[in-house]
Formats: sequence, structure tokens, C-alpha cells
Amino acid sequence: MQRTRRFRRTTRLAGLLTAAALLAACGAGGRPDDGEGKAAPDAGITEDTIKIGGHFPLTGVAAPGYSEIPSGHKAYYDYVNANGGVNGRKIEYVVKDDAYNPTNTSTVTNELVLKEEIFGMVAGLGTPTHTAVVDFLNAEKVPDLMVSSGSLMWGDDPAKRPWTFGWQPDYMIEGKIIGQWVKENMPDAKVGLFLQDDDFGRDGEAGARKYIDDQIVETVRYTPGNTDVAPQLAKLQAADVDLVLGFNVPSYTALSQLTAMKINFRPKWFHSNVGSDPALVGALLARFSEGKVKGSAGLLDGVLTTEYIPGTDATDSEWLKLWQKVWDAHGAEGELTNYRIYGMSQAYTFVQALQAAGDDPTREGVVKALEKVGSTLEGPGLAPFRYSEDSHLGISGMEVVRLEDGRGEPLTPVLVTDIGDAPIEEDDSAAKDAPPANGIPDVEPAS
Amino acid sequence: MPTTTEAGEKDPAAAADGRGGPRRRWRSSVLPRHLSLAVLGLLAVTVVMETTGSFANSQLASMAYLGIAAGGLTVLTGLNGQLSLGHGAFMAVGAYTTALFLDGEPPALPLPVVLAAATLVTLLVGAVVGVAAARLHGPYIAGATLALAVAVPGVVLHFERLGGEQGLGVRMPETPVWVLDAAYFVTGSELDPTKYVAYIGWAALVVTYVLLANLMRGRVGRTWRAVRDDEVAAEIAGIHLGRARVLAFVVSTACAGLAGAVMAMAVRITAPSGFSLTLSLTLLSAVVLGGLGSLTGALIGSALLTFLPHLVTGLGTDAGLTDVRAAELAPAVYGLTMILVILVAPAGITGTLRNLWRRRRGVA
Repeated sequence: MQRTRRFRRTTRLAGLLTAAALLAACGAGGRPDDGEGKAAPDAGITEDTIKIGGHFPLTGVAAPGYSEIPSGHKAYYDYVNANGGVNGRKIEYVVKDDAYNPTNTSTVTNELVLKEEIFGMVAGLGTPTHTAVVDFLNAEKVPDLMVSSGSLMWGDDPAKRPWTFGWQPDYMIEGKIIGQWVKENMPDAKVGLFLQDDDFGRDGEAGARKYIDDQIVETVRYTPGNTDVAPQLAKLQAADVDLVLGFNVPSYTALSQLTAMKINFRPKWFHSNVGSDPALVGALLARFSEGKVKGSAGLLDGVLTTEYIPGTDATDSEWLKLWQKVWDAHGAEGELTNYRIYGMSQAYTFVQALQAAGDDPTREGVVKALEKVGSTLEGPGLAPFRYSEDSHLGISGMEVVRLEDGRGEPLTPVLVTDIGDAPIEEDDSAAKDAPPANGIPDVEPAS
Repeated sequence: MPTTTEAGEKDPAAAADGRGGPRRRWRSSVLPRHLSLAVLGLLAVTVVMETTGSFANSQLASMAYLGIAAGGLTVLTGLNGQLSLGHGAFMAVGAYTTALFLDGEPPALPLPVVLAAATLVTLLVGAVVGVAAARLHGPYIAGATLALAVAVPGVVLHFERLGGEQGLGVRMPETPVWVLDAAYFVTGSELDPTKYVAYIGWAALVVTYVLLANLMRGRVGRTWRAVRDDEVAAEIAGIHLGRARVLAFVVSTACAGLAGAVMAMAVRITAPSGFSLTLSLTLLSAVVLGGLGSLTGALIGSALLTFLPHLVTGLGTDAGLTDVRAAELAPAVYGLTMILVILVAPAGITGTLRNLWRRRRGVA
């Protein structure tokens, strides 16, 4: 017995060794020494197609409104494709749902980059969500264009994130422009800040405080997901605030309006652009109040906000006519909304960037082209882009408007500025840009 | 395993009289069996990893962390009868620990130490909660852990250092050169960061499962089952109820901590919204789908969780649905699968298969 066991053990050992040796022999050994050329073409682009992707909340709490943005993109790309594409290439836009959860964003971005092999990420939405993937995209050298968020992170440090570009005005310049307007027009108002507790609220606050630090009497913050904002509003009410400045998302505009009605708090409201879409807020108000507040865009009458692209209210704008034409011809179900216009406006900029990159765009070429000619691009934006080698931040300004019956009545000319201590100046030049007759930009190659 | 079962069937006498027979020996030698299964598992993982693309690798990494957490949970719920709705919170503890330790360039600690530290920290938190949970029964444990799952993301927001709502980015340290060389030597292809994380995840999973399987088969597992089945009988048999419960809880949370660490590396960010109550419930549903109390079941459950939504969304898009509709299809199909399994196969997938197998053998 003893002997058999020892024998068995030896056999086993021999077996293991053989297996190990076999495994090692299977291996490839060292690397081949020759340095291979890296002339492989970029992923996602062929002779007649270019594939790009984006992550959006199509389901979940952030879906209302935001889920419409990609449909705007698709409608415009379909329009361009129907007219021959960009340099003969048809644009294919792959949209993935991340439900506004950074964990999902990471997964779907893996899918877009590694499986779908997109040429670039276009308009990925959300500050916390896109934060999860921005380093990955830069490490993989995937162009990360026109992030749908106004965080400074997408453009204030191109050395750190050379592949990422913002698009909309960042929250800091919005805060500055709002702050200066309040300083000039409501110098005696006691201002209360109602902030989302992330970069959005922080950057906006930093901008506003450059002008109205002494007017701000109370600052409250909310965490997205916690739907009870009564403590915050009670605090503002207790501080006798007569102008509430909100850097918040649409659902919190609706919640704060409802709560204020409940506690009989009637200040003047100034919501940043993000949270002020009258149609969406009206619909949300009706839903949150279970029908007690009748949903209509007029609910936000008298509310102050900002605009940086012509929306559905700009009925005499050539851009709106173009968007309406595109949506009628290529849109999905549903009406043309401000979110779809936002998507189409971004899509317009992407087409411009692609044209600027020349006949055979490379990933690097698109980035270089945007840095070179980005600030001269004419588009629906009321103010020019700030794209350069030193800044990847997007649209440089906006106008202050008052909402009346769902329409924005301009109170100022277009105000243009930059982050930091850059002065605020009037600049209507870009606001006069009109779309070309065929609705498709025609940008010369940058090099 | 099938080969040994066949051997056992060919020689029913040997199995029946309880002496000799390869099947019998296979069953009784627990550690060698688990270790050889582990080696086979690792080989299979390597083959799969090397033959699939980068995206599949990243999915496998997700499956690994879900599998580790589900394995821990199935031990707690299936073997010890404690229902935890808060394992997502423990994963958060592991993930945040990892994110903090990997902060800095280069990180202060080597990767295996970071993984161990994340496990240990979570284990300590789990011990504290476990002591409290040991005094509770059935739905009350569920309630207490549920509170934890709700509270932890809120607590995270309170500390500036943890990055608030936007969370902490997780920077993977550079893959060590010797690992790259070794990987190239064995597989003949370069090891990219995605694959590296997937390998780490699966190595962690295999180690965890070997340890868990040994625990389950041994004295500790027996005491856990005894406590689950009949407290009074277990106590009369000399088992300290509280100790057994706390131990099960601690082991389970340590798994969750390790899972959180792998998750942090795979997802590259730890944010409160990643650790919502949904995550805890998802883990539980994976365990129930796969079959309560079975590690194979936990693995199957996590595979379903990882691959099913993606598959369904893909099918939806191919069928011409809009992106929004296709995205909404995934949770619907997952819910339907869950309902179907509960109705048709209440013992979970592995449990039902096992029952079927037994019945067939019984008839034969």
C-alpha cells in the first residue's frame, strides 16, 4: 500500500511536470525583434463609412429630455448621408444606453471602442458618467468630441486630455455672465444659490461669485436622486432670498418650483440653461404634482435663463427652419424639441470637424483640425468656439433671456467671455451666421 | 466531472460498497479536487480570454467581479440562511478602498496588496455589521442590510475626499514588465490593460471559489447548514449560533470587498451611483437565478447578468427597434427571465438541473 501510494505520487508529479513543460512549449517564447511599422489605418473609418458612437441615458431618471439628443444626431446624419455623406463617407452613429450610471458608461464605452471600433466618441452625455471614461478614451487615443456637459474638465487642460473637446458653454462662463447681469440689473437683490452638488454647481458658483459674492446670502446644495428639496428651499426662504440662482437639472427645476409653491416662497428665479427647458419642466411639473399643476410651458413665465443656440422658440431663425426640415424628413417619432435641436447642432459641428480633417480623416487629423480652425467654424452657436491648442472648451458665450409663454425674450446681446478673469464682452458676430442653403456645412480642409 | 460520473456508473458496485473506485476517491479528496478544478478553470479562462476580443475580455472582467460577490452571497444566503440586501454597500467599501490605495503615481502599494487591503477593510466592516446581524433573524437582517445599502452611497457623499457624486477615478498601475513578458511568453499575444484586469479578476475569482468550496465542504460549512436548518438542534449539538452566523457574514463580506476591488479596476471609477440598491438586488437575483447555495449557480447567474442585457439590446437593434426601445428591452427580458425561472425552476438553474439529473438516475 505504502509503495503504491509513493508510486502514485511520483506518477502524479511526473504528470504535472510534463503538463508544465508542455504548456511552456506551447508558448510563443520571446517577442519577435523587428519593430513593426504602425501604419495601420484608424478604426471606424473606411472608404465609404465612418462609425462614431455616444453614450446617453435612454432609460432611468435622467432619460426624459436627454434621451432625445441622440435622435437629433441621427436625423442630421441621415440628412447628410442622403445628400452624399462627408467626402463620400456615410456617417453611422451608434448609441448606447448607460442609464446615467458611470458603471454602465464604462461598460458601453468598452463596447463602443473595443467591439464596435468607433472612430470617435461624439457627444457622450453627463459629467459623472463621462468622467468614468475620459481617461480611457484618451489612453486609447480615441477622439472624444463635443461632450454633452459643461464641465471645465473637457477642455481647460488639453495637455492632460488631448483627445477630449467640450461643446456647450462651460458652467463657469455661464456663472460669470449670470453674475454680471445680476450685478448690473438687480444690484439690491439678496441672492440664494441652489446648486447641484458636483462640478456643475461648483463651476457655476465659482463664476457667479466673481461678480456677486457680496450679494449671495445663502447657498444650498442638493444631491441628484434625493427628491426632497424642502429643507434647502426653507433655508433660502429663511434667509429672505429674493432671487434664487439655480444650477440644477430640469427635474430639480420642477421640484424646486413645486416645493416653493408648497411653502409659499415666491422669489424671482434664474435657472441656468441646463435646467430651464420650458416644455420639459412643464411636463415634469405636471407629472410630479400628479396633475395638480397643469402642464404648460407658461409655468416658467418670468423665469430668467440663458441661451446659446436658437431653440424651438426662435421661429424666425434660419437654423430652426433647417432643423425642422431635417426632422420632418429624417426624424424618428415625436416632435422637434430643444433637445433634438441640441443634438442636431452638435452633429452639425461634427460634420464640420470631419470636413476640416480633409479627404482622408485620421483620428489625430480631426483633433488637429479642430485645434486649428475650430474657432472660425460658423454654426448655430450664438458665440464662436474657443477651440485652440491651449483650450478645448466649446462655445464662448450666451445671451440672458426671460421666459414668456415658453419663449425666451432676449434681455442682453450675446455676451462672450472665457474662464478665469477674462472680461465679458458683447459679440453678436457669430449669432448672425446662417446655415448654407443645402443645410450642410462646407469647411475647407485645415491643412 | 462527467468522466468520473461515468466511471462511477460503470462500476456501481464499487461506488455502492463504499470502497475504492475513482468516483469515490474523487469525492472524498476535497482539496486536490478543488485545486485541479481550479487549474482547469484557469486554463479554460486563458483559452477563452485569448480567443476573444477586447470587448469580450472587458465583459469577462465584469462577470468575474459579479461572480466573486455572488459567490460570497450564495454562501451567506444559501448555506447560512441570512438574507443580505446590502452586499452592494460592501462592494462599495472594497471599491473605495482600492480607489484610495491606487491614488498617487506610482501607487503606494503593489496590486495584490491593494486587493488584500480592500478585502481586509471590507472584512472589518462586515464583522461589525455581522455582529449586529447575528442578533437578528430572517427579514430583520434583510432590513438592516437594506438600510446599509441605502446609507453607504449617502455617507460617501459626505466626505469631500471621496469625490462626492462624481466619484473617484481609478488609475490602473502600469502592468509590470515581467507580467507582460510572461503573458507574451505563454500566449504569444500582447497583454493589453483590459485583458490584464480580466485576468486579475478571474484569478481572484478562482482563488475565492477554491476557498469558499473548501469551507462549504468542511466542518464550517456543516455548522452553517446546521444553523440554517434548525437552530435548536444546532445549539444542542454544541454549535455557537452567533459565532457561526458572524463567521458566515464576515466571509461573505470579504468576498464582496474583493469583488468591489476588481470592479473598481474594471470600471475605472467608483461613484455612489454605481453602488445603488439596484446592485445589491442584482446580486441577489443572480444568486437566485443560478441556484441558491451553489457556486456554479453563482457563476451562471453572473454570466447571465453580464451577457443577457447586451445580447437582448443587440437583438432589439437588429430587429429594427429604436435605440430607446432596444435599451428598454433589456430590463424587461431580464425581469421575464427571472419570473420564468422562479415559476418553472424554483430551485434555480443549477438546482433544477441537479434535480433532473437525480431523478433520471433514480429511474435508471
